[in-house]
Amino acid sequence: MSLLQGIAASSGIAIAKAYRLVEPDLSFTKQTIEDVAAETARFEAAMATSISELEAIQKVAERELGAEEAAIFTAHILVLNDPELINPIKDKINTEKVNAEHALQETTDMFISMFEAMENEYMQERAADIRDVTKRILSHLLGVKIVNPSTISEEVIIIAEDLTPSDTAQLNRNFVKGFATDIGGRTSHSAIMARSLEIPAVVGTQEATRQIQDGDILIVDGLTGKLHINPTEELIAEYEAEQQKFEAQKAEWAKLVNEKTMTVDGEHVELAANIGTPEDLVGVMNNGGEGIGLYRTEFLYMGRDQLPTEDEQFEAYKKVLEGMEGKPVVVRTLDIGGDKELPYLQLPEEMNPFLGFRAIRLCLEEQEIFRTQLRALLRASIFGNLKIMFPMIATLDEFRQAKAMLAEEKEALVSAGEKVSEDIEVGIMVEIPSTAIQAELFAKEVDFFSIGTNDLIQYTMAADRMNERVSYLYQPYNPAILRLVKMVIDASHREGKWTGMCGEMAGDELAIPLLLGMGLDEFSMSATSILQARSQIRGLKKSDMAALAEEALQMGTAEEVVQAVKEKLSFITQ
Amino acid sequence: MAEKQFTVIDEAGIHARPASVLVSTANKFQSDIFLIHKGRDVNLKSILGVMSLGIGSGEEFAIRAEGTDAEDALVELEKTLQNEGLAK
Repeated sequence: MSLLQGIAASSGIAIAKAYRLVEPDLSFTKQTIEDVAAETARFEAAMATSISELEAIQKVAERELGAEEAAIFTAHILVLNDPELINPIKDKINTEKVNAEHALQETTDMFISMFEAMENEYMQERAADIRDVTKRILSHLLGVKIVNPSTISEEVIIIAEDLTPSDTAQLNRNFVKGFATDIGGRTSHSAIMARSLEIPAVVGTQEATRQIQDGDILIVDGLTGKLHINPTEELIAEYEAEQQKFEAQKAEWAKLVNEKTMTVDGEHVELAANIGTPEDLVGVMNNGGEGIGLYRTEFLYMGRDQLPTEDEQFEAYKKVLEGMEGKPVVVRTLDIGGDKELPYLQLPEEMNPFLGFRAIRLCLEEQEIFRTQLRALLRASIFGNLKIMFPMIATLDEFRQAKAMLAEEKEALVSAGEKVSEDIEVGIMVEIPSTAIQAELFAKEVDFFSIGTNDLIQYTMAADRMNERVSYLYQPYNPAILRLVKMVIDASHREGKWTGMCGEMAGDELAIPLLLGMGLDEFSMSATSILQARSQIRGLKKSDMAALAEEALQMGTAEEVVQAVKEKLSFITQ
Repeated sequence: MAEKQFTVIDEAGIHARPASVLVSTANKFQSDIFLIHKGRDVNLKSILGVMSLGIGSGEEFAIRAEGTDAEDALVELEKTLQNEGLAK
């Protein structure tokens, strides 16, 4: 038995067999063969296995995805039966006395280059189908396993270097009990997906794909980030007990799914969810989200090779707005740059990407990208309760420019006869200290604030949160941060506006009492944190928390604040 | 031998899905069946062959069958082309 330590990315405990989702090694060398008949038989066996494998996949695809999607496998099966493919390969084995792998590769390469040379884009893409089929036959000739997550039919824990969005989309949720990756952090795509799928996950283990074999028994501890490989019976029993406790706790929280988030003294706050794609709505509903506090639109732009069109965006926004059935949806306009790149925009590399050309800065410069998004948002606005939020605002002037562009696009749409909602609130993310300090001025012009704590903390403390040597300065509870938060909330309330918070801090057990006490109106977090937060808030008295927050603001260090909150909480639970 | 001329009406041309249907139909018959397009003829029992022609919308092609069940094959293939809305 051994243990890997990673980053806890999605809570819960999973115990199951490992399933490695790793690209197989399909390399081979050209060889001269003596026994032509045996080589031909070997080739025919590989073809037969490939065909029966594809037929099985086709059945699963038909059931899970529908006939349309399964049709591609019919074409693949026909390719495997194609005399124009099979005969040249057999001829090569016969006359050139080469191994089947080589004969196969040479023949399919010929078809691949032929399709690639065709002018029709659709036909060019068919080259990919032939590559796919070739890979399958090769894997059987070489006796290596080719992975296909959509055909998993027993309970497993997925082990991968990293998981792409398309990998995660193909996972069969009935059988995938958890996953662990080599790379990634709490905010990497795979971690966010794991939380929205409510699958326990550990990311950033560095070693998982090297140390784990298919079929190893694993324990994924999504609470502490531990990944146990082939644990002892005792440890499994311990974790099973832990798992039961966690499930019982979850069942307890689940009772609050349709309840309001009210404090003991009758104050209501809104618990909303952060989402990345329309698919995340299921998790929001299952966890009783009262709205979407942050819709990260950048996922629409990532993992592709060109900008999304206005219509593609419109469809995504409409889906989210309709899905939320009139509940508020705060959409953040494109927040790209910094650590999130779009290769196809070909932005020059920067010395300090976090302090560089990103988010609203990029949008105000690359106006067509921004205006396309604004038009899509405006057109979608009639399908629900849309609120638009601009990220990384540093100056009033930036906000005014962005708002003016929004007004221009609205005007243009309306005069073109398009329907646009009359009441779309427009707000900003507060994540740069200059904006927090000027909150009083901003509050007169915005409809709402949403505090982005991850960035606000790193900019206030002047410490890159990705740099391990200064990570001790990432201090959500530092009184400096609390004071900025308080300033923003107070400023918004004086103008009759509201303040939300999106970011890890809003769902943090120790921060919630303080934020509640300071008067935060909306808490936006991972959907899976909502019920726990609701359960906690329903046990707190807002007036008590206001007094606690007032004390905390006068303290000197983050440690003192944490200590005070812990004492107060343990007093309450006693 | 039986032969007949057709024009593609599907907007996408002869793409993977209808090509699959066509090849599957051809495979049911003993005869040798060819698809002839711009002077090239390919085996209609080969999906790679059919797709390699890259026949687009509005283009003309012919199907020729040679063998004992040639007539039946052509009738059946014509029916398939019509049912699929692929060619007339």
